[in-house]
Amino acid sequence: MRRLSDFLVLFAGMIALWQGLHWIEGDTVLTSPVATIARLATLMSAGPFWGHVAETGTAFAFAVAISLIGGIGIGTLLGLNRTSAIVSEPILIALYSLPKVTLYPLVLLCFGLGISAKIAFGAMHGMIPVAIFTMKAIMQIKPVYWRTAQALRLTPPQIALTMALPAVLPEVLSGARLGFSLSLLGVLIGEMFASKRGLGFLITSAMGLGDTATILAVALLISVFAIAANAGLFVLQGAVQR
Amino acid sequence: MTREGRIRLFVVAGLVGIFEVLCRSGVIAHTVVIPPSEMARSLWQILISGAHNADIVSTFLNVLISSALAISLGFAAGLAIHALPRLRAAIEPLLASYYAVPTFMFYPIFIVVFGVNARAIIAIAVLLSIVAMIASTLTGLDRIPAVLRKTARVFRMSVPVRALLIDLPAAAPHLFTGAKLAFAYALIGVIASEFILSGQGIGYSIAYAYNNFDNREMYGLMLLVIIVAVTANAGLDAVDRRLQARLRR
Repeated sequence: MRRLSDFLVLFAGMIALWQGLHWIEGDTVLTSPVATIARLATLMSAGPFWGHVAETGTAFAFAVAISLIGGIGIGTLLGLNRTSAIVSEPILIALYSLPKVTLYPLVLLCFGLGISAKIAFGAMHGMIPVAIFTMKAIMQIKPVYWRTAQALRLTPPQIALTMALPAVLPEVLSGARLGFSLSLLGVLIGEMFASKRGLGFLITSAMGLGDTATILAVALLISVFAIAANAGLFVLQGAVQR
Repeated sequence: MTREGRIRLFVVAGLVGIFEVLCRSGVIAHTVVIPPSEMARSLWQILISGAHNADIVSTFLNVLISSALAISLGFAAGLAIHALPRLRAAIEPLLASYYAVPTFMFYPIFIVVFGVNARAIIAIAVLLSIVAMIASTLTGLDRIPAVLRKTARVFRMSVPVRALLIDLPAAAPHLFTGAKLAFAYALIGVIASEFILSGQGIGYSIAYAYNNFDNREMYGLMLLVIIVAVTANAGLDAVDRRLQARLRR
């Protein structure tokens, strides 16, 4: 209970800080919290905004789906063999920490301007952490589980479903959490750089117009969505671990 | 070199080789991707001619300034948060979900505040990397073994002496992990900001070459970023692994 009230105090403090900065800096730099929410409401009441949301949402949904399926697939294939896992781990980590933005022109040249380039770019961001976490989870399954499965003469599908899946699920879910946020980042950066639709485009076009209220309103919407989704996956992970 | 290391080298070389053959034989069109050997030649020419020296210097200067700021400020913030348990309990959920938010969306705000210049880029890079350092500082301070603290008390060390002789060395491996992450994030932040909107830097030059259909120059610069990022991160990672191994001893 005290934790909750502390958190609420912190939250109120952050809003107060935002309001204070607004008073110091003025409307052109930072719109006030109330004005931002009002702008978000006006945006939401107009038709074109939902077109942008739908565009980003579709690109993001495909990117996450590809990241999860591809990442778990690659992670499983590489994790099942010790040598392949040791060989590929530094390569995957190098790919993970690479500033992938530099590769966006390459994606654009391969996929053309449009939704498929954004999906590919989002999946590029999300797939690698999912693969790394899946691979590590499979490598770290306790040897006694494998021996038990052998002793019980489980068939490969039975091993996968009753032993391997429950053993790796918590780790895979933390990978999925990371993949989820990074796919969102990838899709948004893609839209900010070269696109005529989507929330990222809305932010860059507002930047060109010096329209801080719209930038903040869209940023607020995306932040709330990202934090809520992250918290949801966190709760799911906690439920699985028990 | 270990057996795995040899296989790894072989795999990477093989992939580059296959890529080269696909590009040369025209399966991948020359207008889409140029062969790796040509990228290397383009990079060599860029470095020899010095045409992009100013961009390269400005990018790396920004990365160094941002990581230094993020590491020092993050360390200080970590110490402060660690000293105030109530604040920490409240702030921890925010730290845990920080990297779920694409911080990059706030770059336009910094542009409005600072204008299109290095300060806006450094601000976003620091914002991106500081939380990794705060989190690592907290873990480092948490993991100081209780026995070391007791030893300090046995020797009647004063707080500054204990901090310098016991706490800092004991937390150092975790602090290094934080510094490594901060550097990787700062590199991503700087290059991504330059890419979206700026007037200088490697990221800017890549975007500029892309807009002018100058594939040769674009891929040369991309190769530069890849080489620098991979070597820097691999180097830091190797040191990190050594320090972590020392922890387990």
